[in-house]
Amino acid sequence: MSEMTYRDALNLALKEEMRHDPSVFVLGEDVALYEGSFKVTRGLLAEFGEERVRDTPISENTIIGVSVGAAMGGLRPVAELMTVNFALLAMDQIVNHMAKIRSMFGGQTFLPMTIRMPGGGGSQLGAQHSQSLETYFMHCPGMHVLYPATPADAKGLLKSAIRDNNPVVFLEHELLYNSKGEVPEDPEFLVPIGKARVARSGDQVTVVGYGRMTILALQAAEELAGEGVSCEVVDLRSLAPLDTETIVASVKKSGRVVVVEECWRTCGLGAEIASRIYDACFDLLQAPVKRVSGLDVPMPYSRKIEKTCIPQAETIRQAVKDVMSGRY
Amino acid sequence: MQTRLRMVLPDQELLKLYEQMFLSREFEESCAEQYAKGHITGFLHLYSGQEAVAVGATAGLHKDDYILSAYREHAQAIVRGADPKRVMAELFGKATGICKGKGGSMHLFDPSLNFMGGYAIVGGQFPISVGLAFAAQYRGEERIAACFFGDGAVNQGTFHESLNWAQLWHLPVLFVCENNFYGIGTEVHRSSALASIHKRTCGYDIPSEKVDGMDVIAVYKAVKYATEKVRESGHPYFIEATTYRFRGHSMADPAKYRSAAEHEVWKARDPLPNYARQLLDESIATREQLDAIETRCRATVEAAVKFAEESPWPEDSTVWEDIYV
Repeated sequence: MSEMTYRDALNLALKEEMRHDPSVFVLGEDVALYEGSFKVTRGLLAEFGEERVRDTPISENTIIGVSVGAAMGGLRPVAELMTVNFALLAMDQIVNHMAKIRSMFGGQTFLPMTIRMPGGGGSQLGAQHSQSLETYFMHCPGMHVLYPATPADAKGLLKSAIRDNNPVVFLEHELLYNSKGEVPEDPEFLVPIGKARVARSGDQVTVVGYGRMTILALQAAEELAGEGVSCEVVDLRSLAPLDTETIVASVKKSGRVVVVEECWRTCGLGAEIASRIYDACFDLLQAPVKRVSGLDVPMPYSRKIEKTCIPQAETIRQAVKDVMSGRY
Repeated sequence: MQTRLRMVLPDQELLKLYEQMFLSREFEESCAEQYAKGHITGFLHLYSGQEAVAVGATAGLHKDDYILSAYREHAQAIVRGADPKRVMAELFGKATGICKGKGGSMHLFDPSLNFMGGYAIVGGQFPISVGLAFAAQYRGEERIAACFFGDGAVNQGTFHESLNWAQLWHLPVLFVCENNFYGIGTEVHRSSALASIHKRTCGYDIPSEKVDGMDVIAVYKAVKYATEKVRESGHPYFIEATTYRFRGHSMADPAKYRSAAEHEVWKARDPLPNYARQLLDESIATREQLDAIETRCRATVEAAVKFAEESPWPEDSTVWEDIYV
């Protein structure tokens, strides 16, 4: 184990997988010479050369289409879309092509490709650069969607994504890049796709989060512990496939749930999780599922009002207290 | 104007081109019949009239070159070697179809033939072709990716993004525009500021040429020359083949936007009888030989229909299969 940032953990995963498999290559806007807008691809060009670390034109749809073709042709592309917001320019290749090709061609091919997308709000980047689009991808069958919260999971999940033979959308939170944690050095350390993690044990309220929301949930849980409330925090890690089993096991123990989602509330993943919980264990619930969500507004710029639109540790703490006291 | 055929290919090869064109036409006309009977459903875009492009171009490519196309691609798949039985079964939606009934008319695919798919989002195949060409280059393979598309696709963003990319990365992509002059009902000069499509590549410094897409030998020669250029230079090349579809955009389209006079002009240029005449004129085939080819093609298509009719429907449980590895 060694301590490193979320950014360095991702960087290490890329390097290890490129050393491990010569068919892995990296492409995206400014990923080579400039070493990535968020410096996740730092040092790759120097170690692996121009053939395997490729700067591309600003053509998001084609970045993904080229990755689809390259994957069909026997390579293992790792594409970086500079931010998740730009994925909207590539939705045709992501949804109409990448996610459907295996099925509509009768299983005769597969696409071992990964698309990394930094995203999330909280950096005062305005409406077009602060979105949390995870549910857009979760909604579409044919691909996996991952969202690590910690440096260790960032490394282990990215390695699993690159080795997986299915297309993977890999979301990274921009505010987590500098966060630090212990990361296993073992180059065979992999985090399984489709498995949530109990990030903190507790027995009174289950708080479900992912990405930066997990970090905020843990902060809230720590404060609540001081107030005598025991929270179990479930970090989803994998949004598709969603690990319903781990969520439900925790809810069966606690009987109360708060789901935290950074995305917009309407059709947010909290609604899907609540529905699954109701289907699985409605009669064990002591309170309705409580949702803490991003507000249904285009993100404003000003830091004062931007904060209002994104779940905070304090909002989560309040939601847990509401659930505990029967205020829904 | 016309080249003497024996200067281009041996007799057997010349006859094969005729057989492939005739088979394509028979197949498409049979599809129309099966659609009318309700055996084929959904969208159905027929290739009748454009045969010289698929047949001439495929003959000019190597077998390990990739072929990608749009949704009017039955002929391209069959000419590449796809089994007409399994293609027809796919159109019928049967379990024995080339994509197990999951694809349908617009999504044929057979990687064993390097036929890498029919795509039904206009322009979707451009970047995928570039990616396949990149994979080939990365792996040190000598393949070209041949990307077929219609005149309607050239105003999509992916067209421009992919031309730029292919030239920027020096990738072996052969772009083949099948210009049949209409994107559904919109004539090319009503959708493209520069209707002479092959000229549009100058913005990307990609060499291009225009060829008569009703002349199978002209297409063959152009593609053969182009592929040699691509293999030599490692750069993309662009061909615009002017052609005409004898039917509407799809079975749902009566094609009222085209005049009868225009249709007649193109009908007179039908690649099948014209090429047959050339074969006879140059004594490459006798009428009896051509009759034998035509009979064989009809039998192949009849057998395909019978196979499709008799094949089982896919099981409901298969809807969950082949989505993830």
